[in-house]
Amino acid sequence: MHQSKRFQARAGRDINKDSYIREWPETGLILFHSPCDPLPQIRVHAGRVVELDGTPEAQFDILDRFIARRAIDPAVAEAAMAMDSREIARMLVDITTPRAEIVRLFSGLTPAKIMQVVDCLNVVEMMMALQKMRARRTPSNQAHVTNKKENPALLAADAAEAVERGFAELETTVGVARYAPFNAMAVLVGSQTGRGTALTQCAVEESLGLRLALLGLTTYAETLSVYGTAQAFHDGDDSPWSKAFLASAYASRGIKVRFTSGTGSEALMGHSEGKSMIYLEARCLMAIKGAGSQGVQNGSISCIALPESLPGGVRGVLAENLIAELLDLELASGNDAMASHSQIRKAAKLMLQFLPGTDFIFSGYSSMPREDNLFGGGNFDAEDLDDYNVLQRDMLADGGLRPVREAEVLAVRRRAAGAIQAVFDELGLPPIGTEEVEAAVAARSSADMPDRDVVADLEAAERFLREGRDGVDVIRALARRGFADIAEKILAIQRLRVSGDYLQTSSVVLPGPRVLSAVNDPNEYRGPGTGYQLSAERLREIADLPQAPDPRTIGQAGAAGESLHLEETGAAAPGTDRREIVVAVGPAFGSALDSTLLGLPHRQVLQALVEGIEREQMKARVIKIYATSDCGFIGHAGACLSGSGISIGIQSKGTTVIHRQDLEPLNNLELFPQAPNLTLESYRVIGRNAAKYAKGEPVLPVPIQIDNMARLKYIVKTTILHLRETEQVRPDKPAQELRYA
Amino acid sequence: MPEYPLAEKSPEILKTPSGLAFAEITLDAVLEGKVRMEDLRVTAEALELQAQVADAAGRRQLGENLRRAAELVVVPEEQILKIYQALRPGRASRAELLGLAAELEREFGARRCAELIREAAG
Repeated sequence: MHQSKRFQARAGRDINKDSYIREWPETGLILFHSPCDPLPQIRVHAGRVVELDGTPEAQFDILDRFIARRAIDPAVAEAAMAMDSREIARMLVDITTPRAEIVRLFSGLTPAKIMQVVDCLNVVEMMMALQKMRARRTPSNQAHVTNKKENPALLAADAAEAVERGFAELETTVGVARYAPFNAMAVLVGSQTGRGTALTQCAVEESLGLRLALLGLTTYAETLSVYGTAQAFHDGDDSPWSKAFLASAYASRGIKVRFTSGTGSEALMGHSEGKSMIYLEARCLMAIKGAGSQGVQNGSISCIALPESLPGGVRGVLAENLIAELLDLELASGNDAMASHSQIRKAAKLMLQFLPGTDFIFSGYSSMPREDNLFGGGNFDAEDLDDYNVLQRDMLADGGLRPVREAEVLAVRRRAAGAIQAVFDELGLPPIGTEEVEAAVAARSSADMPDRDVVADLEAAERFLREGRDGVDVIRALARRGFADIAEKILAIQRLRVSGDYLQTSSVVLPGPRVLSAVNDPNEYRGPGTGYQLSAERLREIADLPQAPDPRTIGQAGAAGESLHLEETGAAAPGTDRREIVVAVGPAFGSALDSTLLGLPHRQVLQALVEGIEREQMKARVIKIYATSDCGFIGHAGACLSGSGISIGIQSKGTTVIHRQDLEPLNNLELFPQAPNLTLESYRVIGRNAAKYAKGEPVLPVPIQIDNMARLKYIVKTTILHLRETEQVRPDKPAQELRYA
Repeated sequence: MPEYPLAEKSPEILKTPSGLAFAEITLDAVLEGKVRMEDLRVTAEALELQAQVADAAGRRQLGENLRRAAELVVVPEEQILKIYQALRPGRASRAELLGLAAELEREFGARRCAELIREAAG
C-alpha cells in the first residue's frame, strides 16, 4: 500500500504490470558483457580458424566448430579483428562507408567482437545503422493470419484483407496440427484474391512443413530455430548441421526459408552458460549465416518480455536486429509477441524498427484481433491498424501498409471466402455454407463465425494429405468455379519456384508477379537523399486516410439548419445609454457562418446572450465588427461603442469575451477561450455577468471547465472556422448596427 | 551469368524438371493435365544460376546452400527426411552418418551435402 495517492495511481498503470528485474549475469540474465563472455580473439592458421574468442579448436563446441568452419571468412578475419571496435562502430553510422564494406568486415569478425562493436552504439546510432544496413532497399511487413476456430472461410478472408492492406508475407499456423493443409490452403487462396500478392507459410513441425510446401500449399518457411549454446541447441532437438541440411532441402524444392533466433531463449531454457544474451545471439546469427540461410527473424520473438525485464533490454533487441543486418541477412525484426501491457512502451519499442525500416518490420503483425492469434502473440493487432497507418503518415515512414476503404475490404473478403467455399465444394471437402461466407466477410473475430464440424474437417484434412491432393488441385478447382483470376495468380507464384528467384536474400513478390530482393533492389543508403525514398505515389497512398476529409468541406454555412436574419442598419455610433450592453459579433457571424464550433446555431447563441442581459434589466445592442476577427479586438471595439462601456465580444466559432472600454484590447474582464465547453446556458450566464459588470454589482465569474482534449479535438475545425471569419474582415468598414430576427 | 530475376529477365532459359519451358506453364496446361505439381519445382540448373547470382552479390554461404540444394533436387523426400532425422542430436552414430554421406555422394553425386554430413559427424 502506498501512502501517496499519486504513487498508488501509478502502481495501477499498465507499465507496472510488466516485469522488471536486476541483472543476474551467472544465469544469462544480462544483455551485454557477462563476466563469463569471452574476449574477442581469433587465430587463423593455413586458411583455417584455429582459435575463436579464446577457445582453441580442440575445445570447440558445435557452434564454435560450425561458425569457424562456415561463417567466418579466414581471409578477412585477422585484419578485421585487429581493428578497434569503436572505429568499426563509427563506420556503421558513417555515411561515407558503403554498406558492402561493412558486410565484408563483419564476415571476418567473431561473436565476441561483434557484441563489442554494437555495444559502442546508442539507440539512435543503431537505428541509423539499421537504416543503412538493411539488405533490401524497400521495407515491407509480414502478417499473422490465424483464428481460434480454424475456420477456412475466415482464414481466406483475413488473408485477402491482409494482402489488400499491403502485407508481403502471411504466416499461419494451427491449433490442431491436422488442420495444417486446410489452413495453408485457405491462406494461399486468400493471399491471391485481391490486387496484391504475398508469399505464405504455415508454421508446423518440420517434416509436415516441408510436405505442405512440396504440395504447393505454402511458399516459404520460417521455423528453423537456432540457439546460442550447444545444450540449448540439443534441447531444441537440432544441430547447426541438421538446420543447414534442412535449409538446403527447402531450397531444393524452390521454397524460401528464413531461420529464427532471438535473445533470451538460452536463459529461458536454462542453458545460457552464464553468457550474455547478445553474445549468444551473435553466435546464433553467425550459425545462421554459416548455414547459408538468406535471412532470419529475430528481435527476441517469443522471449521478448525477458530481455525487456532487464536494463537496456529494448536496446539489446535492437542490437540483435542490427547484427543480423551486419551479417547481410534478411531481417524480419520481431514485434510479434506481446512486448508490454503499456501502449506507450509498446509503441516506443516499435519505433526502433519502424523508423529505420527493416525487410519485414514485424515477423507477424496480428492481422486479426489478438484473441484469435494462435501464435499467442498479437503485440499489434487488427484493432491497431488505424494507429499504424497514422504513424506511417505522421512520420512519412514506409511501414509496408496502406490505408484501405471498408467497401474495398468487404469486397475482397467476400471473394476470398467465396473462393475457398468453391474449392472445398469442388474437392469434396466438408461444405462451407453461404451464411459462413457472409459471417467471414463481416466478422471481427472467430466468435462471429458459426461452428464447423471439427471431426469431419479433420478427417477430410487427413484424407486430403493421404490422397495426395495438392496446389494444382486447388488451381483447377478455382478455375472450374469461376475464380480463374485467383487460379492464375496461385499458378504464377508457384511457377516462380521453377526460377528459384525468391531464394535470394530478402525476397518479396510484387504483383505481376515480380520478385524484389536484395539483388535487384539493394539498399545503397549513403546519407540523406539516398537509399529508399517514398515515391510520389506511395506518399499519396500513405497520406490518404479514409478519415481525413478535404478541409474545404469543413464549416460550410448551412450546417446549423436554422438561420439568423441580420439586417445592417448603418454605421454604429458610440452609445449614450448607461443601461446598454453591446454584443459585438465577428464579421462572419450569422452570415458566412451560421453556427459555432460545437454546432450551436448563431441564432440561439445570440438569443441566450440577450436573454442573460435582459434578465438583469439591461438592454442588449448588437453590432457587427468588420475590422478584425480577433476575439479581444472585437470585444474591445464593442466596448468602445457601448453606452455602459461593457461589451460581450463573440467570434463566429463561439469564443467569447466580456470587455470594458478602458482595458487594453487583449485584456478582459472574463475570457471563454474554449468554445467547445460553452453551452447555451453558459452564454446566458455570460450575458448576465456582463450586465452585472455594467451595474457595478459583484460578479461571480462563470466557472471555467478544464477539458484537456478540447484543443486536440477541435483545433482543425477552429482553424478553418477562424479562417472563414478572417476572410470576411473588411479593415475599412466601420462597425454596423444590427437588427436581428 | 543470366540477368536476375530469371523469371522476369531470362525466362527462356528456365525449364521445369520434366523439361517444359517456363512459358508452357499456363493455366490451360494445368487444366489439361499437362502441368502437375511435380513440374512446379526448381531445377538443379536454375539453382546453380541462383548460386552464381548469390556469389556475385558477395553471399558465399547462400551460394553454397543453393549448390547443396541443387544436389538434393533429385533426392527423394523420404531420403531427405531420413538424413535430416539422422543429423538431429543423438539420432545416429558417427559411422551411420558417414554411411549416409557416402550413400548420398555415391547415388546422387551430392559432394557438398556429403561434406556437410561428414562435418556433422565430427
